[in-house]
Amino acid sequence: MDNHKSQKSFVADGNHCSCDCSSLHTILAKYDNDSSRLMDILIAVQEKAGCIQEKAVKEIAKALNLSKVDVEQTLSFYHFFSDGAKADYAVYLNDSVVAEMMGREDIAKTFEEEVGVTFGKISEDGKIGLFNTSCIGMNDQEPAAIINQRVFTKLTPEKVRKIVIEMKNGKSIDDIVGSNVENNIKKQGPILTKDIEVGEGLKKAVEMKPETLIEEVRQSNLRGRGGAGFPTAMKWKFCREAAGDKHFVMCNADEGEPGTFKDRVILTERPEMVFEGMAIAGYAIGAEEGILYLRYEYKYMQSFLENVLQEMRSKKLLGENIFGKFNFDIRIQFGGGAYVCGEESALIESAEGKRGEPRDRPPFPVVKGYMQQPTSVNNVETLSAVVKIINKGAKWYRSLGTIDSTGTKLMSISGDCEKPGVYEMEWGFTVNDILQMVGAKDVQAVQIGGPSGNCVNPAQFNRKVAYEDLSTGGAIIIIGKERDLLKDVVLNFTNFFIEESCGSCVPCRAMTVQYRNRLEKILRGNGVAKDIEAMLEWEKVMKTNRCGLGHSAANPILTTIQNFRELYDAKLQKDTDYVSEFNLEAAVQESCKAAGRQPNLGGE
Amino acid sequence: MSKPVVATTSLAGCFGCHMSLLDIDERILDLIELVEFNKSPIDDIKTFTKECDIGIIEGGCCNSENVHVLKEFRKHCKTLVVIGECGRTGGLPAMRNNNASITECLEEAYLNCVSVQANDEKIIPNDDELPMILDRVYPCNEVVKIDYFLPGCAPRADLIWNALVALVTGDEMNLPYEVVKYD
Repeated sequence: MDNHKSQKSFVADGNHCSCDCSSLHTILAKYDNDSSRLMDILIAVQEKAGCIQEKAVKEIAKALNLSKVDVEQTLSFYHFFSDGAKADYAVYLNDSVVAEMMGREDIAKTFEEEVGVTFGKISEDGKIGLFNTSCIGMNDQEPAAIINQRVFTKLTPEKVRKIVIEMKNGKSIDDIVGSNVENNIKKQGPILTKDIEVGEGLKKAVEMKPETLIEEVRQSNLRGRGGAGFPTAMKWKFCREAAGDKHFVMCNADEGEPGTFKDRVILTERPEMVFEGMAIAGYAIGAEEGILYLRYEYKYMQSFLENVLQEMRSKKLLGENIFGKFNFDIRIQFGGGAYVCGEESALIESAEGKRGEPRDRPPFPVVKGYMQQPTSVNNVETLSAVVKIINKGAKWYRSLGTIDSTGTKLMSISGDCEKPGVYEMEWGFTVNDILQMVGAKDVQAVQIGGPSGNCVNPAQFNRKVAYEDLSTGGAIIIIGKERDLLKDVVLNFTNFFIEESCGSCVPCRAMTVQYRNRLEKILRGNGVAKDIEAMLEWEKVMKTNRCGLGHSAANPILTTIQNFRELYDAKLQKDTDYVSEFNLEAAVQESCKAAGRQPNLGGE
Repeated sequence: MSKPVVATTSLAGCFGCHMSLLDIDERILDLIELVEFNKSPIDDIKTFTKECDIGIIEGGCCNSENVHVLKEFRKHCKTLVVIGECGRTGGLPAMRNNNASITECLEEAYLNCVSVQANDEKIIPNDDELPMILDRVYPCNEVVKIDYFLPGCAPRADLIWNALVALVTGDEMNLPYEVVKYD
């Protein structure tokens, strides 16, 4: 993973940030020196000491019986971990497309002026560090930043000045005014509506045999809400039937697709429903352990969610002998800042304490998942829907939506519109329906399904949003007419994929950079028709990548070539099939200066 | 009918691609029946004496001389074929591109390296006759338009041969697996 967004590229300063031995051993003991809990250990050390220095790495490796590089490769993968310099306050400012639309540039400038360093650096007194980060799930309230796990939204230059003064004064992060996350539920549908008691779905579920329960879910035609749309019942059936010592349920709350924030809202508003859904899944597949994999950006929710879990345990909805039928409990696993961990096999690797690199498949996680045991990885929204399906029946659920896309979808809507937020809608609506609902006028383009999805033009606004037409995990970004689509959106998305590639497959690691170079050449006015042809041709190579990230990393460019060809064509040089950007004078300048000679360009 | 005229050059390369070109064994006799060579290290003609049909380029551009020669080839050859990784991507010489500035490279090579001896005046070569070093190593297609690329380090003799024959005869190029594999 490209690390230029993290603190790692800076030289460690002195000794003041090492985690002292006794607290390190307390942390290691808390996790039983278990190497599969390396993520938790690193997070705890990072929190305690502000960084994870070489000394700590050695100690951790020794205690976990790992080699030093085993620890280092996990540490270096996630961008919220720092192996060197530490700042008392680490400011991570979102640099996603919508953040830019909402005025990020001014915010970044104000931070730099007030702190006195540029982004990517730490102030000389070690107090404040400024870093960029990919989408933090706050698109409906940008510009936003994470500072020591607290989220500051709707930032203005004035707010930033106040925050910086308070940080300089050493105020505790919890006392700094302005940390606030809004839920912005703009339309509540059958899943979000609180019309059943906590535990009712689970109670009904355990009255059925697991096979009957899976059949009920199959009848509902529920498909995975993370984006891929795999039938949930089929996943559970495969997982239940797979042989293993243990089975696991994992809830994917990594939500890294820029523009998506509905899982944050579900987990804030209806956390019991998500955990209840996990328990139902556990009963269905025969698992006693569930893991909620939560992105590090949502660390601020930790104590809230732990309390909810505790309350559910005290109500005997989790723990041993639930309704006299089965045992099931849940732990929360945090990530460390990596988009690719939203891919289920990468998520499993990460939960096992490793780099979040997708696995080769088959075997699929339902056969060999977490700890090589059968594992069902389901999205937050999918598990929530299960609770309602079991409670109200498959027939009821099937009556919502379309034949191929039953039920509802939570849409995270942001960008150039009056009412950004979360909307729960019956499948089958069109892009136009969305635009009308959210108050979007003069729309140039709509990005459906985040950067990995499809950028559609006005002629396509009558298309249906559903698995059978425009499929989406729920991110809708509206792009107004005044935006420079290629520069403001497509280039930003392409940089995002370069940043977030795990680096394992060559086309994903290298071709994404080639794509960016070609796009920038076109933006400089030096593109030719052949550049477009080349980028289309490379799609075949991108399909050889191992995971969905790699398959879709060129989609921002490919879908806009398809749907906004005229924007590219307008920038191309006509009447030539080759333009060189090579400039001899510029290229020899530095070496001539170093050697102390005058450049002799000789009419070249 | 006169024979097609071929020119070749090695820019920032190791001459390995030219060695591979010579590795066509006895077919070299067919080759001289098939084509006529102009500017090339093979016949030691230093400057173009006529317009050529095919220019074969090995190596990328690391200095102003490479750029000059490459532009001459573009000017005098109808079709340019880059052979090998250095011409195609910058190759091994391009390792300097990402890790150090050209100033650091020159200082390391001429001033600081442990093997530097007898440079008491601390001179980085600066004679006007010397080519000027570029800030980074450029693949040929960033400097001029290239018509065809033959990959490999070096490309196999058979690949070069097949490509050349296809270009001269106009027949479709023969590309069996054995010819384009790299191990």
